[in-house]
Amino acid sequence: MSFRNAPLAVIHDVDKDTLFTPEIRAEIDRHVAKYPPEWKQSAVMPALTLVQDHNGGWLSRELMDQVAAYLDMPEVSVYEVATFYGMYDLEPVGRHKVCVCNSISCMLGGSEELMQHIEHKYNVAPGETTADGKFTFKEFECLGACRHAPAVMVDKTYHECVTPESFDKLIKKLD
Amino acid sequence: MVKDQNTVCFRTMHLKEKVRHTLDSYLSVGGYGQWKRVLNERPDPATLIEELKLSALRGRGGAGFPTGLKWSFMPRSAPGQKYIVCNSDEGEPGTCKDRDILRWNPHQLIEGMAIAGYCIGATVGYNYIRGEFYEPIARFDEALGEAYAAGLLGRDLLGSGVDFDLYTHLGAGAYICGEETALLESIEGKKGQPRFKPPFPAQAGLYGQPTTINNTESLASVPVILEKGGQWFLDQGRPNNGGPKLFSVTGHVNAPNNFEVPLGTPFWELLEMAGGVKDGKALKAVIPGGSSVPVVPGNIMMNTDMDYDSIAKAGSMLGSGAVIVIAEGTCMVRVLANLAHFYAHESCGQCTPCREGTGWLSRVLHRILHGHGRPSDLDLLDNVAGRIGGRTICALGDAAAMPVQSFLQHYRHEFEHLIEHGRPMEQAA
Ligand SMILES: Cc1cc2nc3c(=O)[nH]c(=O)nc-3n(C[C@H](O)[C@H](O)[C@H](O)COP(=O)(O)O)c2cc1C
Repeated sequence: MSFRNAPLAVIHDVDKDTLFTPEIRAEIDRHVAKYPPEWKQSAVMPALTLVQDHNGGWLSRELMDQVAAYLDMPEVSVYEVATFYGMYDLEPVGRHKVCVCNSISCMLGGSEELMQHIEHKYNVAPGETTADGKFTFKEFECLGACRHAPAVMVDKTYHECVTPESFDKLIKKLD
Repeated sequence: MVKDQNTVCFRTMHLKEKVRHTLDSYLSVGGYGQWKRVLNERPDPATLIEELKLSALRGRGGAGFPTGLKWSFMPRSAPGQKYIVCNSDEGEPGTCKDRDILRWNPHQLIEGMAIAGYCIGATVGYNYIRGEFYEPIARFDEALGEAYAAGLLGRDLLGSGVDFDLYTHLGAGAYICGEETALLESIEGKKGQPRFKPPFPAQAGLYGQPTTINNTESLASVPVILEKGGQWFLDQGRPNNGGPKLFSVTGHVNAPNNFEVPLGTPFWELLEMAGGVKDGKALKAVIPGGSSVPVVPGNIMMNTDMDYDSIAKAGSMLGSGAVIVIAEGTCMVRVLANLAHFYAHESCGQCTPCREGTGWLSRVLHRILHGHGRPSDLDLLDNVAGRIGGRTICALGDAAAMPVQSFLQHYRHEFEHLIEHGRPMEQAA
């Protein structure tokens, strides 16, 4: 079965020292070191996350190709990962990401009303970015913060028991 | 009030919030005592596994499989690398307990994983934490740093010749990666699509090597079981349902929270701890074990105890211990439509019945909810759900099907009413 085999290393014709920044390379290397040497690709998820964070929150095709080159992976394997997981964005996003949990406990706690408020007040549908580019609005599946429903993740921070009023305050504070 | 709260995974909960998660705090409650004992005495792993079997600790991730038995499947003395993997992907709607273990008691999880590694012959462990958990990830990494610095992780620990390295692996937003073989795929740097079994992970798991996967809460329970004994843990709960368990009580309650209480605690007591049903309303229904398990009408729940076997008798499952409380006045069509949307979104797309079926269920429920349902839709839902369950590689298919069947069984009249009149029987959320 295929999963028993170590992945095929694809050596790309690039000088790895020209990829990303030295800081990002060091961070990726820190992850690579966690896994067996022939399994560099285990670091693909943290690598994509890092690169995305340094690119204003989204991944371009060039960046995915660079991650493939850096980790000796076929490009297509990186695209597969980048398109599968919900935290990667493959198109430009707003300055902030606002992810509203709309799973069961949050729904019972008022997340649908919160989402409607956001749609009307900021004129933005789930998956869209506000006209001023301030934030991209996402409907998220369970954030695992069910006891403080509804939960909203703004960039890397959880906000809990969010009401339309407290949401507006949150948005006001963002640049 | 329930006695014996916070005795295992939450045993640091009484400490000051600012320092609760630190190594010093954990040492102050006797932490790492068992790991040090293992390193000093090098007991036969089989005796430790026997203690776990006696404790009747059942997997806290959802399936309730006995942890001691699972560990005994590992070919511990066979040559080659073996792995212990912790499942901190916590994504089952309603479940928010592992996050609090990671935030408030990360060292106990580290100790549990180290002991697990010793028992199954693994010198390397990974803790797979969902990517959204920025704060818990930081806490866990901080704890790892402290444990390495204190010589509790690494090589030749305390001069024992025992090695154990532990790493964090970050997810990136996919519920399916909570399924243990999808999780392994994800660590291998791939899409999280479950593997066909057999081979089971104990034979061929991570990187094709023997691997044990356990939930955060299961692993974090281990140090206390070894400290106080398997019999003590068993006595905390009920026969075949050892120990206390974390319950995330959420939804329509006044004081939603996580509670660590003995298995077998009556549901009504747990509900009371969570402040009762919100705004003094009557209890309508409970989803007692995370969004994937069948819904149980409130009157049945009020006479049910919170342990694996009692909830099974009530027609549902204890699952991950996420107790979702639904008050009178809630439209059950809306609730089910929300659940169906979740599974349609999270299906990994590998198996046709799940990929197509979950989307179908979601679309039909959506049209019923919005007043465009057809009289034949209920049979259609039943039919589609019946064709997903049991026909997929992993249990996500069953998880999507079971709620549909149970909602139709108990609340069929609400669906019929909506189809007939185009508006719900119950208006409130
Ligand atoms: C779709 C799906 C999602 C799951 N999500 C989780 C999860 O988030 N956390 C977890 O511990 N187990 C989850 N499980 C269960 C795991 O597959 C596995 O049974 C568990 O991690 C084993 O650990 P335990 O025996 O200690 O419970 C999930 C299973 C399925 C089918």
